[in-house]
Formats: sequence, C-alpha cells, structure tokens
Amino acid sequence: MDVRLSPEQVTLRDAARQMVDRLCPQTVAELDDTERAGKLEAAVVASGWLELRTATDDGSPWATGVEVAVVAEELGRGLADTAFLGPTLAADLRRLAGAPPGSTAETIALGADLSEPAVALGGTLGPGAVALDAYEATSALVLLREGDEYAIGTIAVDGGTTSVDLTRPVASCSPGATVSPIEGLHHPLGPDDLARWRGLGLAVTCADLVGVMRGAVTIACDYARSRRQYGAAIGSFQAVQHLLADAYVATEGSASIALHAAWAVDALDGRDALVAASAAKAYCARAARSVCETAIQVHGGIGNTWECLAHVFLRRALLSSEVLGGVGANLARVLAAHGIGGGDGLR
Amino acid sequence: MDFGDSPEELAFRLRLREWLGNNNPGLPPSSTSDEYWAGQAAWHQTLYAAGFFGLSWPKEAGGHGLPSVYEVILDEEIIAAGAPPRPSVGYLVQGLLRHGNEDVQRRFLPGLVSGRDRWCQGFSEPDAGSDLASLRTQAVREGSEYVVTGHKVWTSYSDAADWCLVLARTDPEVPKHRGISAFIVPMGQGAIEQRPIRMINGITREFGEVIFDGARVDASNMVGEPGEGWRLAMTVVSHEREPGELGYVARYGKLVKELVRAVKERPDEHGPESRRDLAWALVEAEMLRCHVSRRLSDRLDGVSHGPEGSVDKLLMTWVEQAVGHAALSIGGAAPTEGDDTWLKVYLYSRAQSVMGGTSQIQRNLIASRILELPIS
Repeated sequence: MDVRLSPEQVTLRDAARQMVDRLCPQTVAELDDTERAGKLEAAVVASGWLELRTATDDGSPWATGVEVAVVAEELGRGLADTAFLGPTLAADLRRLAGAPPGSTAETIALGADLSEPAVALGGTLGPGAVALDAYEATSALVLLREGDEYAIGTIAVDGGTTSVDLTRPVASCSPGATVSPIEGLHHPLGPDDLARWRGLGLAVTCADLVGVMRGAVTIACDYARSRRQYGAAIGSFQAVQHLLADAYVATEGSASIALHAAWAVDALDGRDALVAASAAKAYCARAARSVCETAIQVHGGIGNTWECLAHVFLRRALLSSEVLGGVGANLARVLAAHGIGGGDGLR
Repeated sequence: MDFGDSPEELAFRLRLREWLGNNNPGLPPSSTSDEYWAGQAAWHQTLYAAGFFGLSWPKEAGGHGLPSVYEVILDEEIIAAGAPPRPSVGYLVQGLLRHGNEDVQRRFLPGLVSGRDRWCQGFSEPDAGSDLASLRTQAVREGSEYVVTGHKVWTSYSDAADWCLVLARTDPEVPKHRGISAFIVPMGQGAIEQRPIRMINGITREFGEVIFDGARVDASNMVGEPGEGWRLAMTVVSHEREPGELGYVARYGKLVKELVRAVKERPDEHGPESRRDLAWALVEAEMLRCHVSRRLSDRLDGVSHGPEGSVDKLLMTWVEQAVGHAALSIGGAAPTEGDDTWLKVYLYSRAQSVMGGTSQIQRNLIASRILELPIS
C-alpha cells in the first residue's frame, strides 16, 4: 500500500491547478464573463480531460478514477463553470457498453431528483429527466431497460436550463422524447457495470466536493485574516478559529475517504467500488454542506449577499451532493452492503 | 497510488491472518470491561513473541523496521479476526527513541516493546491540565538521585505499572516550559501512592492518580537533558494524537462490526434512527481507515510529525463519538435488563475529546499552525 499520488498524478494536479487559477471565476461578477468561460472550456477540452474515461483498445479507460478525481477536485476548488462531470460519466457509460466514443459535448441524463440515471421504457423517456452540465450539450445518454440489463441511447437536450449551482446548468429533457439507440453497441450493461459506473459518478462528485470545501475554507480564512472588529482580525477570536478548524478537519477526512473511492473505481469489482464510493459520498456530502455553511457564517452579513462567493461554493456542493444520491441514499447503500435493510439489494 | 497490497504485504497479511485465527484471546471491548485490562498484558506479549508487534519501529528498539503501512495491515486483520487491538505504547516508544540517550534506550525499550514491563505516564496534575507547562511536581537532586514530590492525575494503568514516565520541575527559576525534565520512575516504592479513579462508565482499571511523596529515581533515568522535558512531552502527545500510532482503526472497526451483528440479530428492535446512527459509525470508521492509510503513506517520504496530528486527533474523536452514539441507539440509553456493554461504550467515548489534549486545544493548534490565523 502506498496511497501517495504518483509523479504523473502530481503533474496532472499541478496542470489543473494552474488552469483553474488562471481561468476560473474569482468573483461572482466574473461568472458572467463569457469570454473567460469560453477560454476555460476550450482549455479543458484541449487538455483531453473530457476523454479520460474513453476506452483504450482493450476496453479499459485511458485514465483511472484517481486521475479523474485529481482533475475534478481542482475544478471544484476553482468553481470551474465548464462541463466535466457529465461528459466524463457519458464517456464511461459508452466504454462499459462497448459503444464507440461520443462527442465531448455529450452528457448524461438523470431522473428529476438526480439520484438515479434516467431510464427509458419502450423507447421513450418518462417525465422529469434532466441533463447534467448542459452548457453546450445537445445530447445526453439515457439507459434503455431490457429485462435485467440495460442498453444505452441518446436524447436531444432541448429544454430550458435551471440549476441550484451557478456554475453548472441542468437542462430539462422533454417528456416523451424519442431515444435514439446507439449504433455499434457491443453488449448490454449488467449489474456490475452499472455498480462500477455509479461508483465512478459518486467518486467524481466526492472529489468535486473536496475541492469545493478547500475553496470555501480558503476564502473564509482569507476573510477572517482581513476583517477587523473590536480592533482585531476576527480570525484571532477562538470562536471563529474553532469553526474554521472544524471545517479544515472535515475537509481532510473527506479527502481521505474520497481518495479511497477514486482508487476503488478501477481496483475493486463493481459492487465493492460502489460500496467504497457510497461511504465516501455520505461523508463528503454531509461535510461539504457544513463547511460551506461555515464559510457563509464567517463572512457574516457579507456572506449572505449574492456578491460573496461563499454561496456559490454552497450551491455547487448542493448539486454535487445530490448527483447519484446524497447522504440518505448512500447511508442506505452502506447498510445494505452490511446486509441491513437492503430491500432489493445494493444498487 | 494503491490502497492494495504489494506481494510482500500480501504474504505478511496471510501469515498474520492465519496466526490470528489460532491465537485470538477473545477479550471484551477495551472500553467496557476491567477484564480487558487484566488480559491486555498477556495479549501484548503474545503479539510481540509472534513477531507482530512494533512492526514499524526500528529493529534496535525491538521493532521490525517495516514501513509504517504494515501497521494498517495489522489493524485491518485484527478487525477481521475480531481480536483485541494492539496495545497503545507507541507514543512512549517514540518519546524514548527521540529523546532518550543510548543507555536509557538500551535499558528500557526492550521491556516496553515486548510487554514485559508495564508503563504509565505522569504528565497531568490537578492544576496542570491543558496548561501542562504549569505543572508543579518537583524533582530535586540529592547525590546520584532525584527526589520527586507531587501529585499526578489521569495516569492510565498506574495500578499495574512498573514504570512511570514523569514530568517534573527541576529548575523553578527559568520560564515554565524550560524548567521541566522527564524521568523514568520505578513505581514499586513506598513513597508512591497509587489510587484508582472510577470513570463515568464504572471501570476502575484504566484511570488513576499518583502521589509522589519523596519518591527516588536514579539520575541516569532522566530522559534527555535537564530542561528537555517539555520537548519530550510534545513528542509524546503528538504521537498520542495519532490513530495510526494507537491502533484505534482496529478498535473502532471491531466495535462497528459488533454493532452490525447486534442489529442483524434483532432487526425488528432497531428502527430507522438506530440504523442511521449505525450507518454513520460505519462511514466514520471507514474514513479513519482511509485517513490512516494516507497519513502512513505520506510518512514513506520521511515526513515528520507536525500539527497535522491535531487533525488526526479530531477525526479520531469524531469517529469514537459517532460509534458511541450508535452504541447508545442500539444498546438503549436506559437498559433495564442484562447487558449494559453498549451504554459503557457510549459513556467511555466522551473521554476521547479530552484525553491527549482537548478538542479545543487541537482546534487552537490547527488555527494557528495550519490555517495561520492571527494569534489573539
């Protein structure tokens, strides 16, 4: 066992960090800077990071869950307003199904509460499905149920966008939309495939949450050092220091369990990867909400204004938390893995 | 980046697994029963004799000189076997290794590591808790000896100890942090009175207070130089904050496994609230396992102990107290019949945010030394 990042992974992290520091929004106003956002998107596409989970000749992905998590954490830390999660999950779903790669603008569709992938029955999509990362995306992958297994198909993403997250739009999909089967599909997705895919989705959102927590702790500490009351920086008061210390500790615990989930995606069988990711997601989702709330609290009145970045971190955390299930759904998975209250088993 | 075993690690794991299968003494949880403390010395000696104790300590200290990640394997296999956790003496070993001279190390490390000798730690006093440096126990030189007078408290296992690592003031004239020295004091003398202290869960074998009324210790039992006691204390407490050093991954892993079994045996008795508490205990225990793997891997670079020990201590505390709350939910807050083991586990968990430096002190250290927030 040696869970230090490899030299290549450190290089990848540093590259992502530099890109984030150069092109991500530094203020709420910069979220409206479309030129900057366009440069960020172009840089992410050019780096090849949207294709980390496309298949090599033997069907394995170009990069492991750890590399994906390394990039996702930096994008979360920088509040990157560009697609990553959706195209990454779409690429992995195509890989697992043995389908040819899609466009890097392709994303995935989830059910209305984001906790499950969108499933089409009889070739049409039911109501309420939404597409993640709907910036420029024109199509999203959905599952097509075939008995106990699933095929995949695409739907057009044409609905209006709305999202709790100011950095990542979510688009509604038209109910009754026709699903186009993917040509060249090699095999249906079985339970192990879907468990591994869910494990990847949870691990990537955990990494995003870890990044969000790091970013939120950073702005809160910066503010605590500069804001003065009673003639002293508020960061010198124990009441404030202890809030920030707890936020930092929760972030470190999250980073440890999220790293394990990212490793498990490709190192364990699908079920065990999902179990590892479920524990991580429950931990990270709870921690992230608390850490972002602390960031708002430390900013005082300013923290409750639209212009303060603290709520942008919180909003991003709320979206990442819900994708493929938040605290409750994942605690249930953890119990099911230990044979308690599983119902229809682990999924 | 690999949480999995190398071939050498796997071979070690399988050898350990087989041994644990045949040598598990089946002691009750450490936090609930005097029976555990009665059997702990024998377990320590058994583990040591089989070559499974002190894995990451240097060979000259009686350890095996293996990378620190082997301690994680030991903890994981102890959980899987339901065996008692490894005894927590690592912080004393590290204190002697870092500060003791060759003579002290040669005379004391073998007995400490093998479990032949029992040790306790005389740091805190009634008026020196979080503000440890204000301690008032005195050691006065008389010929080749020092004479120790003072009152120590929270001295775990003092009833069974052969030796006590005592912090005492040897120079009252200098600033408080600089006038403290450390001694290895023999416990078996008339001038030392040991009194057990009953903890809130009723156990009496863990906690004690010790009165030194002119106890004698040879000057050659001083650890480090005169005035080096504070630095030794910081070494010891920084290791005492680390779950990797303490083997607590196994302690929590074992407890949650038993809680899972309790729920599965009587599923109808445990509703959504108990199950949610159990799920959090499982998640927290898993977090700590991953976190210790990360910390011990970082140490492969030779990264030394710094303020991150305070992070680890708080994480460990959150785990212990989440396990405590699950135990309370599942065992019942007011059991009226039979077994009150889980209530004891819960009550014991409250000590974790105090022992080895309170959670408030850890937060102060993180704020100043990691987050670099201004000093008030």
